[in-house]
Amino acid sequence: MDNYVYRKFKNNLFFVLCFLCVIIAIIPLLSIIFEVVVRGAPQLSLQFLTQPPSEGGIGPAIQGTLILIGLTSLIGIPVGIMSGVYLAEYGNNKFATWMRTFNDLLTEFPSIVVGITVFTVVVLSIGSFSAIAGALALSIMLIPIVARTTEESLKLIPNTLREASLALGVHKWRTTVSVILPAAKSGLITGTLLAVARIAGETAPLIMTILGNQHFFLGFTQPMDALPLRIWRSALQPSAAVQAQGWGGALVLVLIVLSLNIGVRLASQGRLRR
Amino acid sequence: MRMLKLNSNNNAEEMLMENSVVTDGKMQSIDLNAWFGAKHVLKNINLSVKANSVTAIIGPSGCGKSTLIRCFNRMHELVPNAKMTGKILLDGRDIYANDVDPVLIRRRVGMVFQKPNPFPTMSIYDNVAAGLKLTGMKKGKNLDEIVKRSLEQATLWDEIKDDLKKSGTSISGGQQQRLCIARAIALQPEVILMDEPCSALDPIATAKIEELIVSLKRDYTVVIVTHNMQQAARVSDFTAFLYLGELVEYGDTNGIFENPRNELTEKYITGEFG
Amino acid sequence: MNLKPSGDNLFKTLTTILAASAAIILLITAYTLLTGSLPAIQRFGIYFFTGTQWNPVVGREIFGALPYLLGTLVTSGIALIIGVPISLGIATFLVEMAPKTFRVPISYLVELLAAVPSVIYGLWGLFVMRFWVIDYIEDPLSSLLGWFPTFSGTPFGLDVLTAGLILAIMIIPTVSSVSREVIQAVPDSIREGAYSIGATRWEVIRHWVLSYGRSGIFGAVILGLGRAVGETMAVTMVIGNAIGPSAVPTSLFKPSQTMSSLIANGFLEATPASLELPAYMGVGLILLLLGLIINVIAHVMVSRVLKIKGGAVE
Repeated sequence: MDNYVYRKFKNNLFFVLCFLCVIIAIIPLLSIIFEVVVRGAPQLSLQFLTQPPSEGGIGPAIQGTLILIGLTSLIGIPVGIMSGVYLAEYGNNKFATWMRTFNDLLTEFPSIVVGITVFTVVVLSIGSFSAIAGALALSIMLIPIVARTTEESLKLIPNTLREASLALGVHKWRTTVSVILPAAKSGLITGTLLAVARIAGETAPLIMTILGNQHFFLGFTQPMDALPLRIWRSALQPSAAVQAQGWGGALVLVLIVLSLNIGVRLASQGRLRR
Repeated sequence: MRMLKLNSNNNAEEMLMENSVVTDGKMQSIDLNAWFGAKHVLKNINLSVKANSVTAIIGPSGCGKSTLIRCFNRMHELVPNAKMTGKILLDGRDIYANDVDPVLIRRRVGMVFQKPNPFPTMSIYDNVAAGLKLTGMKKGKNLDEIVKRSLEQATLWDEIKDDLKKSGTSISGGQQQRLCIARAIALQPEVILMDEPCSALDPIATAKIEELIVSLKRDYTVVIVTHNMQQAARVSDFTAFLYLGELVEYGDTNGIFENPRNELTEKYITGEFG
Repeated sequence: MNLKPSGDNLFKTLTTILAASAAIILLITAYTLLTGSLPAIQRFGIYFFTGTQWNPVVGREIFGALPYLLGTLVTSGIALIIGVPISLGIATFLVEMAPKTFRVPISYLVELLAAVPSVIYGLWGLFVMRFWVIDYIEDPLSSLLGWFPTFSGTPFGLDVLTAGLILAIMIIPTVSSVSREVIQAVPDSIREGAYSIGATRWEVIRHWVLSYGRSGIFGAVILGLGRAVGETMAVTMVIGNAIGPSAVPTSLFKPSQTMSSLIANGFLEATPASLELPAYMGVGLILLLLGLIINVIAHVMVSRVLKIKGGAVE
């Protein structure tokens, strides 16, 4: 019939093309995982994980990343959650709409710009590169994400729960803290952990805040190393041995980040199925 | 297999068929069963639709009327989890045969939906021309002619002939439905299926469309699903009564309404249940 | 008279202040960049935005940010040209074509792309992907079309093209997931109407679904652009790190530099006595403004489409 065959052909062609798009997107993911494992695994040894660079290890970098995760969480999570609480529980006015917009804009900030700001405000005032500066920079990136996921999780809790608690004479703040937040616990934990996993891999804001260091942690106001920084610097070295260290570090970082991601997903799926 | 068959006087009479298949209907279903997932919605429907007539399908909500006609133009299978067994013949050939493309069936068997659904991103002209453009017809006098003719047949031409460029959704509900009828007619189908076409319209628009339906049977075979019995009595030549997925009774409209054979039919017609 | 309990007041005030943190941080950032870059902008005026030299030597200082602005725009442009069709293909496949059992695993894999840290994309790009690009794209293109300015130069993989390709991969999760929501929000009545006039599956998608969702998809594209513009580490490791007039991206095979990679590479090495640090902050300011404008547009477009289609969300 007229152009029927041509239309059929186009239909099948585009089905194949769309499927190819999926393949094209997945190949890099598989290749990255493959290369990181194949090139990084030979590096993994107790010495590599615990010794400083002078002994051929990346111990300070791993320690630094863990310290940063801890500090950033300490600063960023409470602020983010409280911010999300405001937007969800009190957020039906113009001010809240604006704050929501600013929040969304902050999530998309170029990360290097965050680094410049913290450099100027913190590093220059304290007088040295420091772990605190790095944690503040990462917190700036963490807060808007946690605020958004908190708001979304809280909005999922039905209003009837709030009304029931208020009707019993419980104050609003107590309702929010003791009833609503625990009810949204799984969504909050998922969102927060995923956000932390994302921040743990950030490099740009660390460049001009913690600077990097060959030694283990020397104090909160001292420069410090971190995995993403070390990976970057190792990759740019001419020595193949140092580059290999970069891959080792990459494997450690990927393990931390991906396992957090997958773990959170599995946990939430398990909860849903129950 | 027991079947209600039309004899030469267009009176329904019960006939016992043994292993033979009636092929004188324009369309007919043979042992049609349909499911949504595990829900068995149509049970062993054997129905024959006479050419150039209006056949109404009536029955209470949820009895499977819509599902039935959606099987007739292979729209049922577009729903995930939809299943179907049995045959549906168009001019004696099974439309569900392996080598049949639903796209071609839908050109010969058109459909008008319960809620008018003209394409909002297209003009009135383009709405009507859409099906033809797909088959390769180019802009020009030929296309203009067909669009005009279809709109005339749908009794919409005079009302919108100066507004062909306006959006398909810029007209009233009743006009939109007639536009959808014009859109279906433009392809010169052999059968037009209508799924409660007036239920979303006001009485005046309804009356216009009922008039239109009666005039359509000169060139097309019409099957109309309706929950409005008076409407069925007004416009149709034959009526089929469906209840809980089964074809309870089928015959010429006068016979069904004045002298129903089945007790259930009588109960429904006299309004004992909705 | 009802006096609101002070516990409630305190809590509300506390959360309000913390909710304003985003705005406060934004203001501090803008202020910091503005005041920090002022010396450089005042000194060089319009040249800062239109010039190409970059010389930190005290006494002969001159700083022009144009090559890096162009670098950001060109690499992001490549990312869109390559990444958007692929993202749309994925979104279409997942919503309209994939059998149900494949939807979750495939979409999950695509989302994992977003979980890979930028520096690891860079590492992979530098040591692995770059050679694919040289072997399968750059060498053939160079031998065929090397006479054409866009493909001139000897390709060795650390250039505009590789950076653009890595960015393309990195924006796929964002663009495809938002497009997917937009496509899903297209009402079924439109699809049914199109199928009923005998359209093939692809025709329904191309002429009706994508057309109906086009403003939302456009929003998704702008979001992807915002991501690409702000991306730093992966680009830094594969773009070749050129400085000055030679960094202007005239060919796909030339090493270049983006605004973010410039800062990442040079900030710590800035000559202290010169205006180089303020110059970097000026580049950061341009980057910030560009990112903000793009993201405001994106959010307006996407939220308008998704809010209307999805019903009352607030």
